[in-house]
Amino acid sequence: MIDVAIAAPLDYAPEVRAGQTEKISIRNLRFFYGENQALRDVTVPLYARHVTAFIGPSGCGKSTLLRVLNRIYDLYPNQRTEGEVLLDGQDILARDLDVNLLRARIGMVFQKPTPFPMSIYENIAFGIRLYERLPRGEVDRRVESALRHAALWDEVKDKLSASGLSLSGGQQQRLCIARTLAVNPEVILLDEPCSALDPISTAKIEELISELKDDYTIVLVTHNMQQAARVSDFTAYMYLGELIEFDLTTKIFTAPHDPRTQDYITGRFG
Amino acid sequence: MSRYSSRRLRNQIAIGLSLASMVFGLAWVALILGALIWQGVGGLSLRVFTEMTPPPGAQGGLANAIVGSLLMTTLAVAIGTPLGILAGTYLAEYGRYGRLAPVVRFLNDILLSAPSIVIGLFVYELVVAPVGHFSGYAGALALSLIVIPIVVRTTEDMLLLVPKELREAAAALGTPRSVVIRRIVYRAVRAAMLTGVLLAIARISGETAPLLFTALNNQFFNLDLSQPTPSLQMVIFQFALSPYKEWQQLAWTGALIITLAVLALSIAARALAGARKSA
Repeated sequence: MIDVAIAAPLDYAPEVRAGQTEKISIRNLRFFYGENQALRDVTVPLYARHVTAFIGPSGCGKSTLLRVLNRIYDLYPNQRTEGEVLLDGQDILARDLDVNLLRARIGMVFQKPTPFPMSIYENIAFGIRLYERLPRGEVDRRVESALRHAALWDEVKDKLSASGLSLSGGQQQRLCIARTLAVNPEVILLDEPCSALDPISTAKIEELISELKDDYTIVLVTHNMQQAARVSDFTAYMYLGELIEFDLTTKIFTAPHDPRTQDYITGRFG
Repeated sequence: MSRYSSRRLRNQIAIGLSLASMVFGLAWVALILGALIWQGVGGLSLRVFTEMTPPPGAQGGLANAIVGSLLMTTLAVAIGTPLGILAGTYLAEYGRYGRLAPVVRFLNDILLSAPSIVIGLFVYELVVAPVGHFSGYAGALALSLIVIPIVVRTTEDMLLLVPKELREAAAALGTPRSVVIRRIVYRAVRAAMLTGVLLAIARISGETAPLLFTALNNQFFNLDLSQPTPSLQMVIFQFALSPYKEWQQLAWTGALIITLAVLALSIAARALAGARKSA
């Protein structure tokens, strides 16, 4: 049913595939920064309520792929896509799509924690108020629930009016996750969310990711292969803008098909 | 001599030279402030703020000039700030990657460095000549033409310092662009933008040339900006060149008042910028 440019990536455990719903279907996706092609005919499914990790060396296109999914690349001129990305069957690359509504459904957390220059409370309430006009008490409740969900509530409940910038790096990142959750997205994109954090904060966020996958479809880009192995259900290995291999995480890390994947995960990559 | 000790020596010479040039620069500031205080403090009294500029040979104050300066400066800032912020926002946000922005930026830089007397003459031709007389409105307009490019420049510079990650993070929540700019980006640089406005006020507080052909001067108290309007700058210019002792004294005192006001603005601007950074 899918015209696949590279046969190998989707050639995995058909019994697993059969049981899953594709939340997002990326088909023959090409991406260009001006004249430079950064993604070459990437075709990959993202399954609902699972964590899919994208790994690969720097410049392989994994972050670019993530930035296509919520059309954040739209902020910049000379960046364009070809191919198809379907969210619940709807093409999100369509010109006339309302990108703000798309971004409400697909949240994103960035590599660098980016709290807004306002209080902890306002950081969360900001996104809620974008979409809903709620009485104060209801906003309070939603803020608390988002902060609890992101495992930050106990650390900040006594200083909700303090600046979001006054938190530590790990707390700031969880604040950003809480901010994303508060909008009730369906998909969460995580772009190397732990690369600026210490091991304890990293562990907390990984734990959080594992909990969140019950409710959300999660896409994780990471440089850290152990992290991919720990938290993801599916892993995609990318190299030079191509999807080399996609499979169950356990398969990728134990018995990869492609020798290039093998070289990368064993650290023999040159 | 070893490489290390020659490097050390060169380092000490460089530090010595930069210290010396700092002292040289600061010495002039200290001398100017010293002269102003020395000459101006003697004339400071309540009368300066309550009485009008006197005729030659009589006692008087600067009340009309101070009020005129305040009125025209306020109006100039009220015109120039919103225009400057909007234009700066266009350059840094909407027009950032467009073809129009470099043109606008270039024109703004020309305006920024335009001699202020040219601006005075321009407003004279534009307003004073057709209307037939000098007015405070013309003066405020001329001053606002000085405010605009300063605010455009500081606004754009400050907005460009806002990391793109912050804009992306806001956009990633599905925030419309105008809301990203107003609620997130402006908030991140609020203090810096206010600093730009304060610096613009400081700049026009001392500008005399644009008022020469526009507001002119007025010996009387006047709240009606459609009439020629006095200002501290013009009074200093006129009185300092006069042969009368009382006028000369008032010129020194006026110069001291302007300097202290500008100093206070600059300190406020710095304090504001500093307070935000540590917050």
